[in-house]
Amino acid sequence: MAYKLTVNGRPATVEAPADMPLLWALRDVLHLHGTKYGCGIGMCGACTVHLNGEPARSCQVTIADAANASVVTIEGLSPDGTHPLQMAWQEVDVPQCGYCQAGQIMSAAALLKKTPRPTDAQIDEALDGNLCRCGTYLSIRRAIHKAAEAAAAGQKG
Amino acid sequence: MAMDRRAFLRATTLVGGGMLLGLYGSAPSLTDASAAPEPDPAAAPQQGGGQRPQQQGPPPLSPHAFIRIAPDGTVTIMARSPEVGQGVKTMLPMLIAEELDIDWKAVRIEQADLDSKYGVQFAGGSFATPSSWEPLRRVGATARHLLIAAAAQTWGVPEAECTTEPGRVLHRASNRSLGYGELAAKAAELPLPDPAQVRFKDPKDYTIIGHAKPGVDVRDIVTGKAVYGIDMELPGMLHAVYHKCPVFGGKIVSANLDEIKALPGVRHVFTLEGAEVTGNVLPGDPGLEAGIAIVADTWWAAHSARQKLKVTWDEGRWAQQSSEEFARRARELSGQAPARTLISMGDPDAALKSAAKVVEASYSYPFIAHAPLEPQNCTAHFHDGRMEIWTTSQTPGSGRGMVARALNIPEENITLHLLRAGGGFGRRLTNDYMVEAAAIAKTVGVPVKLLWTREDDMAHDYYRPGGFQYLSAGLDASGNLVAWRNHFISYGEGERFASSAAMQPGEFPARYVPNFALHASVMPLGLRTGALRAPGSNAYAFVIQSFLDELAHAAGKDPVAFRRELLAATPVAAPGGGGGRGGLNPARMRAVLDLVVEKSGWDARRKALPKGTGLGVAFHYSHQGYFAQVAEVSVNAEKAVRVHKVWVAGDVGSHIINPVAAESMVHGSVIDGLSELMAQEITLEKGRVVQTNYHEHRMVSLAQAPPVIEVHFLKSDNPPTGLGEPALPPILPAVGNALFAATGQRVRDLPLAKHGYTWA
Ligand code: FES
Ligand code: FES
Repeated sequence: MAYKLTVNGRPATVEAPADMPLLWALRDVLHLHGTKYGCGIGMCGACTVHLNGEPARSCQVTIADAANASVVTIEGLSPDGTHPLQMAWQEVDVPQCGYCQAGQIMSAAALLKKTPRPTDAQIDEALDGNLCRCGTYLSIRRAIHKAAEAAAAGQKG
Repeated sequence: MAMDRRAFLRATTLVGGGMLLGLYGSAPSLTDASAAPEPDPAAAPQQGGGQRPQQQGPPPLSPHAFIRIAPDGTVTIMARSPEVGQGVKTMLPMLIAEELDIDWKAVRIEQADLDSKYGVQFAGGSFATPSSWEPLRRVGATARHLLIAAAAQTWGVPEAECTTEPGRVLHRASNRSLGYGELAAKAAELPLPDPAQVRFKDPKDYTIIGHAKPGVDVRDIVTGKAVYGIDMELPGMLHAVYHKCPVFGGKIVSANLDEIKALPGVRHVFTLEGAEVTGNVLPGDPGLEAGIAIVADTWWAAHSARQKLKVTWDEGRWAQQSSEEFARRARELSGQAPARTLISMGDPDAALKSAAKVVEASYSYPFIAHAPLEPQNCTAHFHDGRMEIWTTSQTPGSGRGMVARALNIPEENITLHLLRAGGGFGRRLTNDYMVEAAAIAKTVGVPVKLLWTREDDMAHDYYRPGGFQYLSAGLDASGNLVAWRNHFISYGEGERFASSAAMQPGEFPARYVPNFALHASVMPLGLRTGALRAPGSNAYAFVIQSFLDELAHAAGKDPVAFRRELLAATPVAAPGGGGGRGGLNPARMRAVLDLVVEKSGWDARRKALPKGTGLGVAFHYSHQGYFAQVAEVSVNAEKAVRVHKVWVAGDVGSHIINPVAAESMVHGSVIDGLSELMAQEITLEKGRVVQTNYHEHRMVSLAQAPPVIEVHFLKSDNPPTGLGEPALPPILPAVGNALFAATGQRVRDLPLAKHGYTWA
């Protein structure tokens, strides 16, 4: 079957069986490798993308279910890689292996959209399903606060 | 990221335009080639600190292999070791750049392929720093020496009158200067200097070492462009899965391969025969295991076809193993005379008899999986008798050897490209998935990427070995520790321990207790075991430092004071020299203990804690690093645990090369240790691993992690050593001891979850 959807603002067609998870459609059909496979059962968050604006585990969404949807991946989070989270992540030097970080950033971006100045508790809740095997959590929390501050300052300025 | 194959090769080989200080072969005798062997992956990480293969002997590495200076002054530095998240792709080039004297911002970093000209290319055993500190600074200093010589010749002045500033050679007397780019061509023609003549910077002039440098790939990571092993793609590439018996050593009797071949997208289905494994304990990296390869157009097609496989296995001789049976057998062995004695000093039996007080306790810890977030994968292409491999291996050299032996391909016909790995933790010290990918590629003849599922990874790991320790200790009338006896029950056969399942005879407190014995008995095991981050230490520190806490309590002494007394004892000489972790230097340990006590405000804080909250302390020496930690922990009536704060004091020598990465590494070690403490356990039933995925082998989440981990480095007058591992072991006993302080309950059998504990 051919499924049409919008990926990072551009139309895309995926020729795939209906049960192929969106994760594999992105990675192996559309060659967008930023979205990662960690568990395949919705437990780790490495595959987090935005599906119609909401954070979603792309390993748990079939391509048939994603038909006609708008999908944003880490590659499309910002046109030039300067989303406040991407800047803060570099400033804090969050990643160790980095494998979980696309998922972390996508979950954090969804949080900031709704809650521009999140508390620690709100961050914990929004990112609790994003595991980091390297244990970079304290840096992640710090970078989210930094990004929120930068975004707020940017809006005022 | 779709990658044109040739573009990829251009990007990762040294051949290319503008390479001026990169004429390798110009001084072949000065590359250290085979002279610096890769540390034995099975043995090296297990040995802890003192017994690493030393870099003495081989001639210095050639700067031509590592540094490329273009006419415009652009400097490219090769990162030699596999990057698994430990930060070496940034940290090792920092060593070169510092001595080369170049602005870090002007440096480009490239990941090296596997090549003997780079010396040791290995990620494990916290080995990168000690094995590179001198050799890689020397590479930079030698290149700087050549650039100065080229300038001096150009100007006709003595070399001694020339100095450098970042990227330029200066002759102040005549107010002349030349950029490195202008000098590189000439420098490349000069003979390499006598090593004795090469001068290193005074550390007080360092501008790169000791200064925080963000990871060189961080921008690519946050924009989704970084290429991990799993992201490798080649034109015409197919995708493979490999189905093995859930019981180690199982063989295929029959399978519905024809049915599978007919499924959509499937191109090849075939079986591979495994290497024969004999004996009652498995070798560290046993080679190719029998299995069924399914090769398809997409990974999803291969994976979907796999769900339809019907296989009849001969499960072999390990099919009855179970964790329950191991525990039962260990209890039985604990009541018998130990099979052998690893070390005995003084007369522990007599000392226990005459002791004023005897404390006995049995401890145990489970098998654990590594479970790095990126599942095992490898891409391979066999063509024209040559094998080309793209891998995330921590031991690429060993992997190449294993592929050569398994597939009968000469090593010189095997090329390895190193890709960024989504975590290592020791899992990628073994190369099982590499040999599988290579075997599949050899059969299909086109590029193929093998990718395991998370379930494959959990069922086919090289697990941290579980074990059991039966301890007795004696205190004299003043509460001094006078006797220690341990019956260590592990896995192995005869005198041989399973991989990473040995205990070092000199392990603390061996030389600090006058009457000391370590006895051992082993059980056969048909499960692959291996080094998990801080191997040995990650379990033994929990046992030793928890039991010391019990003894402090029995002696009526403060846990810190009791430990200080122990470290103040004059260490007796251990038979065999007390190498490895037995080489602990008590003054260094005392210093980090004092530091963590001071920073945590141990005495005052302990007195002021509310009910249900406790403070615990522990220290451990491994991988030449000294760490002491204090944890503040609360627990409620439902056994919900919260670690409020952790203080870490560490001594890994004179310099913290990249402070931002170092602090992050310590945070990660603490959090990793907490996952092991609370929840991680691999169990066996009917010869197979019960746990299948992260929901059954849990790691700490953001909300569960301690909100504050305070890190203090004590810079001592010792060469810098590694940091990937030694910060992990103390956190398990520090939290265990804090739980005891809070509740009076002592957990001696990990993980905590088995006893009803959860994270708050
Ligand atoms: S891969 Fe989707 S949640 Fe883990
Ligand atoms: S940085 Fe390695 S898993 Fe998060």
